[in-house]
Amino acid sequence: MKPLVAIRQVSKHFGEFQALKQVSLDVFEGEVVCLIGQSGSGKTTLLRCVNQLTSADSGGIWLDGELLGFREQDGRLHRLSEREIARQRLACGMVFQRFNLFPHMTALENIIEGPVQVQKRKPAEARDAAMALLRRVGLADKAGSYPSQLSGGQQQRVAIARALAMTPRLVLFDEPTSALDPELVGEVLGVMKQLATSGMTMLVVTHELGFAREVADRVVYMDQGVIVESGPAGEVLRAPREARTRAFLAAEVG
Amino acid sequence: MSRSEALADGFPDLSGHRIARQAHWGRWLTAAIIVVILLAIGRAFARGQIEWSFVERFIAAPVILRGIVNTMVMAVAAMTLGIALGVVVAIMRLSPNPVLRTVAAGYTWLFRGTPLILQLLLWFNLALVFPTIGIPGLWSARAVDVMTPFLAALLGLGINQGAYTSEVMRAGLLSVDIGQYEAAQAIGMGRLQALRRIILPQAMRVVIPPLGNEFIGLVKATSLASVIQYPEVLHSAENIYYANSRVIELLIVAGLWYLLVVSILTPLQMLLERRFARGIARSR
Repeated sequence: MKPLVAIRQVSKHFGEFQALKQVSLDVFEGEVVCLIGQSGSGKTTLLRCVNQLTSADSGGIWLDGELLGFREQDGRLHRLSEREIARQRLACGMVFQRFNLFPHMTALENIIEGPVQVQKRKPAEARDAAMALLRRVGLADKAGSYPSQLSGGQQQRVAIARALAMTPRLVLFDEPTSALDPELVGEVLGVMKQLATSGMTMLVVTHELGFAREVADRVVYMDQGVIVESGPAGEVLRAPREARTRAFLAAEVG
Repeated sequence: MSRSEALADGFPDLSGHRIARQAHWGRWLTAAIIVVILLAIGRAFARGQIEWSFVERFIAAPVILRGIVNTMVMAVAAMTLGIALGVVVAIMRLSPNPVLRTVAAGYTWLFRGTPLILQLLLWFNLALVFPTIGIPGLWSARAVDVMTPFLAALLGLGINQGAYTSEVMRAGLLSVDIGQYEAAQAIGMGRLQALRRIILPQAMRVVIPPLGNEFIGLVKATSLASVIQYPEVLHSAENIYYANSRVIELLIVAGLWYLLVVSILTPLQMLLERRFARGIARSR
């Protein structure tokens, strides 16, 4: 079986700091993969490379068999145009740590912005689809609310609906619960669990080990820009093989 | 019944007490001093060499009214040109393309770096440099016919305004969180679409107060166009006092009109601010 996302030998520097060192990873259709590790381990950078918010220095990422960001010709890589990159991004939904809802638009307007303005779908259809998504994340009554009138948990659920409205092949989550008050984490994880059950492919950067244990098919532990250990969630979290993974998990559990 | 611990003695219950009014003697004193000063200034003007009847006679004279209309037409037209240029130049300044960035910086440098009155005179006297202007083979005309006082004033004021407005706009664009741009990209938007749909509407909220400031400045800067014969309100007032020598009276007439226009603009700015504050909590 071919992976939906194939990451091969991806490296990334920020000045002197090497965030990713020759990282390779496969994500298969319908899989939930959790990336765990300390801050600065490169997991967010890896996630951002997949939808090209960050461009890798070297290596390649294929989505559904298509090379991202470049065209290969005569042994050279030619950068794709902005329009081509925007088209490739449509395959990935993205959920940000700080929600990044558009503050001048209501919850409903946030969700239909992409479908109507980018995918040129009919506003009435997009509206119906958006209402269905709002019901799915339990916020049908908040369609007309502005982000500033919503709690952090509600904003993040709208952000998930906004990502799903583009009917993506996979959804990327960048620490989706890290900016939330503790009592609001559960409602967002609940929506993510439900999404995982529906068969959505998900790549999740998270500190929520409970969520990883319960929902993830595979867990990937990163440290200092490399994948230290990856495998089925139960194995990596319960019986890690690497000493570094064991130390991290021990510290996280406290 | 709720459980509570025993409280320490010696702290009486003040919840029934009213808060007494303060006297504020200092405020009364300063207000009295200011009233005395204003009265003295008013008395001086009333006794000075000003024929107030001339102010009354000319305040609504047809020439003056036409002048203030021309002032407003020019201010609105030049501001429209200025905002259009300002938005484009601000976007160019933030572009990844170094050619566009340099051109934009050069424009701002040139038109902010020279006096406005000099720019107006240059536009008005363009015929001295280029006797005929046009597109080769398609159309041409004598520059003196094309470069009317109106066009010279519009180009001079509008292009100069664009240089200042571009900096205001750039500040507005930079004030929008980078996450907004990333979120727009993540739903497949290109750079320009993200600017138009997501970034600019949020930047507008920030730029309206300084733009209001700029517009008020421009309303008064139109008076400089009097030197190139554009018939705005100061030019009209000058023409009248060349004839009747009532210099101060006519300057007061023009001044009162400027004050009136600016007084009307302030509440209009409030309305615009409210329009662009959509979705932003009042407390901020």
